[in-house]
Amino acid sequence: MIDGVLTLPLVLPPTVIGFLLLILFGKNGPLGKLLMSIGKTVIFSWPATVIAASVVAFPLMYRTVRSAFEQIDQNIINAARTLGVSEWKIFWRITIPLAWPGVAAGTVLAFARALGDFGATLMIGGNIPGKTLTIPAAIFFAAESGEMRKALIWVMLIFIVSLIVMTLMNYWTDYQRKMIATAGRK
Amino acid sequence: MEILVDIQKKLPGFELDVNFDTGMDILGLLGASGSGKSMTLRCIAGIDTPDRGRIVLNGRTLFDSQKGVNLPCRKRKMGYLFQNYALFPNMTVEENIGFGIEDKKREERMAIIKEKVKMIKLEGLEKRYPNQLSGGQQQRVALARALAIEPEALLLDEPFSALDDYLRSHMVKQLTETLADYPGVTLFVTHNMDEAYSVCNKLVVLSMGKIEAKGGTEEVFRSPPTLVSAQLTGCKNSSLAKYISPFEVEALDWGITLKTKNEIVKHIEFVGIRAHEIELALDEKQDNVFSCWLNFTTQTPSRITAYLSMQVATLGKGGYHIQWEITKQMWFELKDKPQPWNLRFNPDNLIIV
Repeated sequence: MIDGVLTLPLVLPPTVIGFLLLILFGKNGPLGKLLMSIGKTVIFSWPATVIAASVVAFPLMYRTVRSAFEQIDQNIINAARTLGVSEWKIFWRITIPLAWPGVAAGTVLAFARALGDFGATLMIGGNIPGKTLTIPAAIFFAAESGEMRKALIWVMLIFIVSLIVMTLMNYWTDYQRKMIATAGRK
Repeated sequence: MEILVDIQKKLPGFELDVNFDTGMDILGLLGASGSGKSMTLRCIAGIDTPDRGRIVLNGRTLFDSQKGVNLPCRKRKMGYLFQNYALFPNMTVEENIGFGIEDKKREERMAIIKEKVKMIKLEGLEKRYPNQLSGGQQQRVALARALAIEPEALLLDEPFSALDDYLRSHMVKQLTETLADYPGVTLFVTHNMDEAYSVCNKLVVLSMGKIEAKGGTEEVFRSPPTLVSAQLTGCKNSSLAKYISPFEVEALDWGITLKTKNEIVKHIEFVGIRAHEIELALDEKQDNVFSCWLNFTTQTPSRITAYLSMQVATLGKGGYHIQWEITKQMWFELKDKPQPWNLRFNPDNLIIV
């Protein structure tokens, strides 16, 4: 159940997520009202884009990290327990280091997803230049109004960032494979 | 030094129900895979929890379902050697060995690590990571790590199953030497009867969660009390048996009547003989000599297993009554001799259950 809710943004269309966030943070939404009472509005301000990107990207982070935890050989944890080591120490000294490549991979994936979000951001952030206009939105509106040069510059920028991210990903996957190979398997 | 184990636990397909105690001996738990032997070890270490029962180590109750005692794994002070070693891949050899004793002072800790590294003969490799070690070396590190906490009991879960044959015999010898100096209870789980025989002084034979035999290793191998324990200790030939007289038993599957050395009881069920303990008869006047025909053979580099039929020359494709294991040399002397061959089931070697 919780798993389903946490993974939902991965399968829902971004505009749907944006719509749901709009309802949630809108003037009449439960969170919107709460924020209103302390004198803040989120909709169409830069925090809105952050919220949209986070919600959209979170499932990638969550799933990657979870599978990294699940992949740890349970016997390694059990071995630490038989040695009389506390759960706290096991977590920080064994679980986290072993899951680290997964955590890193999740971060990179989530980052890429957040960077590329269009639908959800547009729904609750709008496209106010200098405030809530994200790169994908900028590309869309530039291309739409025929400013191909401007669009191309943004595309190149995204291209470079994505390339760097992909290189990092490959590096981490290799690293992870190496770690798993050392886990004492036959 | 003593451990007392009496536990029950429901497992998929059967109920684990074991009850044994042991002192300073090396106790072997022998059983086929899925017999519950590893689960028994996990329950003793506190990795899994039994449904009912009691585990007492040196007078200290680790688990007692009636009193509601269930010490967590980390308070049981047991060294556990996992089948896949379960070394910490993110730590070096010395960090692995020292991980369980980090509460000790630095000098003391370094001294223990040094001593253990020397014990497992890995001097110079202290800074290596597990993936830079061979399987045998990894296993030694795992053993050193388990012994570093000075456990009151050492639990070995199929420690040799991931090693190749050559390394295995070498490691068995080395482990036996290490264990000779270890002043605690040792439990050794294996499915390999050769390992059990060479490492353990006492044996518990498990099948489907139940104890089939327990006692001194020699004794269990010489006269296993049940058919299953006979088979698990390597008896390849068995037949339904019928009581004829106090010193005679009929092997129904083989169609022969065998003389026994000891007096037998009326309700015997099976008679068996180990494949390598069948003898070539010197002359026909000996007792328990029968005619056998060769059906087919299989071989290993050093030995031949002949699959023989009794009373009749052949049993059709793949059929046989008994297996007979002999050396290659003996086989070359014998194979061209006319059949049937006269083989002797020495009364000393019969297994009757």
